[in-house]
Amino acid sequence: MATSVLDHAPAVHAEKTGIWSWITTVDHKRIGILYGTTAFIFFLMGGIEALIMRIQLMKPDNTLVSAELFNSLFTMHGTTMIFLGVMPLSAMFFNYFIPLHIGARDVAFPRLNAFSYWVFLLGGLFINFSFLLNAAPNAGWFGYANLTENTYSPGLNTDFWVLGLQILGIASMAAAINFFVTIVNLRAPGMKMLRMPMFVWMSFITQILLLLAFPVITVALVFLMMDRHFGSHFFLPEGGGDPVLWQHLFWIFGHPEVYILILPAFGIVSEVLPVFSRKPLFGYTAMVFSGAFIAFLGFGVWSHHMFATGMGPFADSFFAISTMLIAVPTGVKIFNWLGTLWGGSLQFKTPLYFAIGMVAMFIIGGLSGVMHASPPADLQQTDTYFVVAHFHYVLFGGSIFGLTAGAYYWFPKMFGRMLHEGLGKLHFWLMLIGFNLTFFPMHFLGLNGMPRRVYTYPAELNLEFWNRIQTWGSLLLGLSFLIFIYNILKTMRRPADAPADPWRGATLEWAIPSPPQEFNFGEVPPVHSSTPVWDLRRASGGQLPEPRRVSGAGIHLPRPSIWPAVTAVGVLGVIGSILFTHAFSHWYFITLSGAAILFYGVYRWAFEPPFPEH
Amino acid sequence: METRTGPFRRLARFTPALGLLLFLAACAHNYPQTTLKPRGDFARLVDGLFRTTVWWAIVVFVLVEGALLIAIFKFRGRPDDPEPKQVHGNTVLEVVWTIIPAFILVMIAVPTIKTIFRTSDYAAGDVVQIEVIGHQWWWEFRYTGLGVVTANELHVPVGKTVNLRMTTVDVLHSFWVPQFAAKRDVFPRRHNPLWFKAEVTGSFSGQCAEFCGAQHGRMGFRVISESPEEFAVWVERQRVGSPLVNQGKVAADSVPPIDSIEVAGRALFSGGGCIGCHALVGTPLAGQTSLKGPNLSHVGSRTTIVAGMLQNTPENLRKWLSNPDSVKKGTLMVLPRKLTDAELTLLVAYLRSHQ
Amino acid sequence: MSHAIPAPHALSEGSQHDSHPTTTGIPSRKVALWTLIGSECLFFASLISTYLVYKGKSLVGPLPHTESQCMLHGKMQTCEHIFEIPLVTTGTAVLLFSSFFIVLALYGAQRGKRKMLVGWLAATVLAGMFFVGMQVYEFQHFYHKGMGYGTNLFSSTFFTLTGFHGSHVTVGVIWLATLLVLAIKGKIPPQKALNLEIAALYWHFVDVVWIVIFPTVYLMR
Repeated sequence: MATSVLDHAPAVHAEKTGIWSWITTVDHKRIGILYGTTAFIFFLMGGIEALIMRIQLMKPDNTLVSAELFNSLFTMHGTTMIFLGVMPLSAMFFNYFIPLHIGARDVAFPRLNAFSYWVFLLGGLFINFSFLLNAAPNAGWFGYANLTENTYSPGLNTDFWVLGLQILGIASMAAAINFFVTIVNLRAPGMKMLRMPMFVWMSFITQILLLLAFPVITVALVFLMMDRHFGSHFFLPEGGGDPVLWQHLFWIFGHPEVYILILPAFGIVSEVLPVFSRKPLFGYTAMVFSGAFIAFLGFGVWSHHMFATGMGPFADSFFAISTMLIAVPTGVKIFNWLGTLWGGSLQFKTPLYFAIGMVAMFIIGGLSGVMHASPPADLQQTDTYFVVAHFHYVLFGGSIFGLTAGAYYWFPKMFGRMLHEGLGKLHFWLMLIGFNLTFFPMHFLGLNGMPRRVYTYPAELNLEFWNRIQTWGSLLLGLSFLIFIYNILKTMRRPADAPADPWRGATLEWAIPSPPQEFNFGEVPPVHSSTPVWDLRRASGGQLPEPRRVSGAGIHLPRPSIWPAVTAVGVLGVIGSILFTHAFSHWYFITLSGAAILFYGVYRWAFEPPFPEH
Repeated sequence: METRTGPFRRLARFTPALGLLLFLAACAHNYPQTTLKPRGDFARLVDGLFRTTVWWAIVVFVLVEGALLIAIFKFRGRPDDPEPKQVHGNTVLEVVWTIIPAFILVMIAVPTIKTIFRTSDYAAGDVVQIEVIGHQWWWEFRYTGLGVVTANELHVPVGKTVNLRMTTVDVLHSFWVPQFAAKRDVFPRRHNPLWFKAEVTGSFSGQCAEFCGAQHGRMGFRVISESPEEFAVWVERQRVGSPLVNQGKVAADSVPPIDSIEVAGRALFSGGGCIGCHALVGTPLAGQTSLKGPNLSHVGSRTTIVAGMLQNTPENLRKWLSNPDSVKKGTLMVLPRKLTDAELTLLVAYLRSHQ
Repeated sequence: MSHAIPAPHALSEGSQHDSHPTTTGIPSRKVALWTLIGSECLFFASLISTYLVYKGKSLVGPLPHTESQCMLHGKMQTCEHIFEIPLVTTGTAVLLFSSFFIVLALYGAQRGKRKMLVGWLAATVLAGMFFVGMQVYEFQHFYHKGMGYGTNLFSSTFFTLTGFHGSHVTVGVIWLATLLVLAIKGKIPPQKALNLEIAALYWHFVDVVWIVIFPTVYLMR
């Protein structure tokens, strides 16, 4: 088989095109592109929601949007950015690069992978469909009970949110199992756990967090759904229930979720910095274990979101200490990144700009985080713009800067074209300036008395000056993304002529042509360290020949399947049907129809041979 | 390459000055709801802790971001430079930069835990006991010992500790009074503590900080700190018609004087349906504490109306009474019927007469 | 690239490809099921914790172990404790035995003993159906004794916890029944025993969850 792969025979795996080929695809690279495109569109929607809010807050007592619309905007902005933006953008990189990084043909379960994507897409559309019915979720992304109960939130708004998150949770769970097994089981010979690229390590830890955190929010959402539709009192004090239980369940999920959002960006930055410093990652093992330690501690700090609830001094002290403890492994990561840059030969290409920007901004987010790890100090800061500033430094300054570094770094591999460097750097500077203008003044606003989630503020609070600066900053931030989009569109019109390894990369994906062939590797290079392509480069005296595109004859690839998409529709039908309990007495017919589709899809899937017959 | 970094280098040199300027600008304004100028003991405890962490944060920020900047400028390479020395790590260094942050955190954790134990419970001793009750979207205050029920304006005597026992009748809220204390969430059927001792007199701004539905943004209140004598006068006046004193009943000749406005206004207050939600001295339901809307017995003496949203002027009161929903969309104050111009004039005069 | 190694042909969906080596040597589907089990532990842990947190916090009856005031036939009255321990104990025993049955079925599948496979697998399916039937009867019985889903905190936490467990058993029964049909048709030869092994793993997990639920809910007062 190995020799036939290297033949120069005409390609047997011709490029498949057409919409049907995308709907039925099980190729991790195509699914990655689907994830990326869809998530980027949702990300832009979340950005537009943010800009409308910023314009509303530009001056005091503004009436551009109503209180109700504003509440929907911040609810959907948070929900969208977390579940439909940053998480699936990370999933794009998981999909495309985990198999390439570990030298695998595909993920462990290609059809399950397609299923994850389709469930994510339908869940995202479902939750945004609410805008068309003028019933967009409006109780906050954290959905604190008992505001979310029928008494205080009648209407479909909260139902769209509860059910939409339930659907998205299924997508995340399926994907997490898939990537976990892929990393455990499909590594190329020689790719020991402690030789995996740092991106794979951080992704691996992210999957573990997903697997352990999502069941908890699933249970919380089930309780809330039951309260709203089936008469229980889980969070209703008048029936003996306790709204604080929601907060505990939500944050047992919600805090690990923060690391789910940031660890992939940590991984990307840990790939980009060594490559552009031309020097291996400083303290590889410390980086692995600090990541694991952050994840482990991440399950023991949830109540630091609840310091103002009055948990008592002992609980407050425990969660304060556990939260401060997380700063130690996080500090280790930052120092190791500095150690990677130190003494390197820094090649200032766009990905490095964004990676350094991520480190610089994340430090600020980390430091403000330590400030509200102290419960008494947090009693002033929580639920103010100070916290909004903090988590945007972590999630925008951290995750988005990191993901953008990844986008510039891997774009040539994914599309065979180099993004324009000048535009890339313009994007970086505008984004850096816009970002800091938007979010740094929020520290001042929060400390000077501006609570979160207010649709306006009275003039007498003197908050206008910083709010105005922030709004201009946010428009600059928006502009930077327009430049990014222009760069992508412009680049995609050029011929695909990127070399296999434009950055002198260290990891396996740079050993194959750009974009990769459907089967990824004709042959996997030997792996003796965490930088296998650098090893090859050194062995060949500094230069590597451009890898050839090979025929791929004899490589069995899984065949396309429609059943993952069909099953996803079934999932939507079953969960979405709960929307109709109050509207339609025979609502369960919709549930049963969904269940029938789900059942049929699963059976066809189970009995369909995954590989073509020979 | 070098020319490109020119402006950036110059910018970098100005960054500290720029930062200082921003910081000064942040402090220069007068912010009625600021956390940075504590005027109460509770807020002062919190502020001290905050300042400790800020100084540590500034030290760490300067050192780490400084190291990053040095690395950026010092290790700039060219594509054809030889490969730099391949360093994989340094155990001593890694141990050191694990221990130093841990040490800093201990320096923050010790005062933190001390402060936690001082701020978690009710204040003891000779205190003014006040029940704080959150409503969508206004605040009710009951001085159980003094027999006062009021809304949105918390009067406190300067120099004396007030103990707040806080709850809500509907959804979660958070009572935040930045310059005197801090904030704490309120839950239905549960009570949470907060306390403070005002150090100066004056009117201070506070606001609900936990998202609580449509008009969360308009759930402000005032804390009015006054001398013990002024406070005593205020209490004495507020006791008239309070549900906590003689169940709201007052002698017929007691204040306010019975005049034509009082008689006609009282009739309109009942006939117009206001009485369904509001207790008011002189009306049959003055003794009720469980009505939906705020107690209006001394509404004329409040400085603001609509949860701190509007100054208490005849024009504003008229605007509010003519159509509450247009002032505060989604407000639970629903007029049983539309009021005529003449009725509005009368009602405004009637309410304002209740000082 | 002198030491090129062929890519591991490690696509593991579908039994015919499970024979290809994986990094750990364990088939990917089996790792996946273990991963799912790890995740499900948190799911049931959340449900059980909620049950325990709300234990004794119900404002009205019926209650599991004691007499209480409850609304029945439109009026408040004293009603007795609601649990029928003997019935549930029987169901529990049957479910426990089914784990033993499926071990024997798997043994038959791996050794190519078809009769043994079909017989014990059928017994497992029947045992699973008995358990589900027991639960449906129990739920109905409770409903007639005045305990609906939202009656009190006990009923809501109880129905949610045991209902989710019951639906897991139901999924297991459908899965095993499907395998039973295949086994009868002779489509589970020893080299495909992994298909049954994975289902068995799931079945044992569902069983173990009940071993936690049964004493926590039914025996602990």
